[in-house]
Amino acid sequence: MTATATVSTPTLTKTPVKRQIWSYWRFYLALSPFYVLFAVFGLYPMLSTIVLAFQRWDGLSARRFTGLDNFAFLVKDPTFWQSLENTVVLFLMSTVPTLVLALILAVMLQSAVRFTNVYRIAYFIPNVTSLVAMAIFFSSIFSTNFGLVNAALRSLGIPQQDWLGQPWGIKIAISTMIVWQWVGYNTLIYLAGLQAIPKDQYEAAKVDGAGVVRTFFSITLPQLRPVVLFTVIMSTIGGLQTFTEPQVMVGNSGGTGQSGMTVVLFFYRAAFLDNDYGYAAAIALSIFALVLLFTAINWRIFRGRSEDR
Amino acid sequence: MTRYRLRGLALHAALGLALLVFMFPFFWTIVMASNTTADIYRFPPKFSFGGHFGDNVRHVLENVAFFQSMANTAVVAISTTLLVLFFDSLAAFTFAKFRFPGRNALFVILLATMLLPAQLAAVPQFQTMAILGWVGSLKALIIPGAANAFGIFWMRQYFQNSIHDELIEAATLDGCGFFGTYWHVALPSARPALAFLGIFTFVGSWNDYMWPLIVLTNPDHVTLQVALSTLNRSHGVDYSMVMTGALLAMIPLVIVFAIFARQFIKGATEGAVRG
Repeated sequence: MTATATVSTPTLTKTPVKRQIWSYWRFYLALSPFYVLFAVFGLYPMLSTIVLAFQRWDGLSARRFTGLDNFAFLVKDPTFWQSLENTVVLFLMSTVPTLVLALILAVMLQSAVRFTNVYRIAYFIPNVTSLVAMAIFFSSIFSTNFGLVNAALRSLGIPQQDWLGQPWGIKIAISTMIVWQWVGYNTLIYLAGLQAIPKDQYEAAKVDGAGVVRTFFSITLPQLRPVVLFTVIMSTIGGLQTFTEPQVMVGNSGGTGQSGMTVVLFFYRAAFLDNDYGYAAAIALSIFALVLLFTAINWRIFRGRSEDR
Repeated sequence: MTRYRLRGLALHAALGLALLVFMFPFFWTIVMASNTTADIYRFPPKFSFGGHFGDNVRHVLENVAFFQSMANTAVVAISTTLLVLFFDSLAAFTFAKFRFPGRNALFVILLATMLLPAQLAAVPQFQTMAILGWVGSLKALIIPGAANAFGIFWMRQYFQNSIHDELIEAATLDGCGFFGTYWHVALPSARPALAFLGIFTFVGSWNDYMWPLIVLTNPDHVTLQVALSTLNRSHGVDYSMVMTGALLAMIPLVIVFAIFARQFIKGATEGAVRG
């Protein structure tokens, strides 16, 4: 997504005349709200988080430098590793089905002629509904005694499951919700990507006698790569920050076996329930490193391949 | 001909099934919200709308300050949206159409900030709010989000592609200054993009959960999402009531989306493909 961002833009002053820097004040003023807000509410807190990660602080007494203690404790904290594992598992369990289903629906939607607007609007609605309301909804349908999922199982003669009381059940419930919420959004993104592929490429493939499947893998998918990269990166950033779904569905504890405990929920607990701010800061830095790592991996996989060609 | 028609039928069957799956939670929420909890607890469950919606609404209102929370949420979402639309489009217009020292460096910084997960700075951010005396106040939700990198990045793409330099040159010749050109030329031509950014910001702000949970420390003065979560935690067994709350919380979003759906979808998808 940033690949084309650095491409230079058409500008008005084609032959730049030497001007005093203050004569540009209007432009700097126009840009200032974002940079001022970011400095105060973004940059400062983030720098502060870095310092805090090397301190011990409960919010009341004086801050105390403790060196790498927070990190040393973190790598030995089983809950941290558990939350890391949960986050990655939940990310995979939700992102892979989401993107595959979205691609299938997008290809189908592209060949549909009628009702396309109805489909597009209906598919998108899950993405603009209240997250907390939907988390409550999904915990209700996965509820043990009165949930719809168990009612369906019961009518099929399958014994009912204690979905939200079991580690894997919790993960299924949470990822089901994420999939429901994000398939439509990604479908429409892919659809727009598909529609941007020049038609003559398909005609050329037809002339060459390529079938539907070959056309898909030799033309559609390679052309769609930047769009796929975009969706993967967006899903990664979103997935690694999952908080609302588990917090509402299984509570601050993370549920049975802490299997709904994501890294952000772990961070929230350390900071705002245990008031262990230094430790929370160390967790925050680790999550940030994780996001960077995953984004870099995605970038490499998708960019690397397209450069090889 | 018939083969094509059969294929079309199968296609619409699949697409229609997906539509039903996406719509089902809304249908089921209304079913639960219009029946009693006893009806929901039955096996097999009741699949039709009931007549208890009014009672359920009354129970919701007895248990949480629902309308107060909704008003708080509306204040936050509307003010955030207006501020974001103004600040982001102004900055985007500047980046898209003018050259000035430091422009590229500033833009790179802007892009880099998009990678930073803001919620991780929550601890010092809370301290900042405490110093400013904003803890418990709606300002703590509105001001930090009044301009954002995503909106600027996205609007900039739009301005680059949709406003011709000649148009700006013409406005300048007509005596429009920088802000005049922005107000009279750039803004009116960016309506579809503004519609998208507006609804995107509105929905995001309406649904924000973690930060309001942290910073709104007075339980009587919260946003809708926090109130809903409290309702769920303290009255989780009373499904029909909790689902009524959930339904009420969704309605404003669905209305806003219904009004702007086309522009929003167009914006959301175009941005991704072009970017």
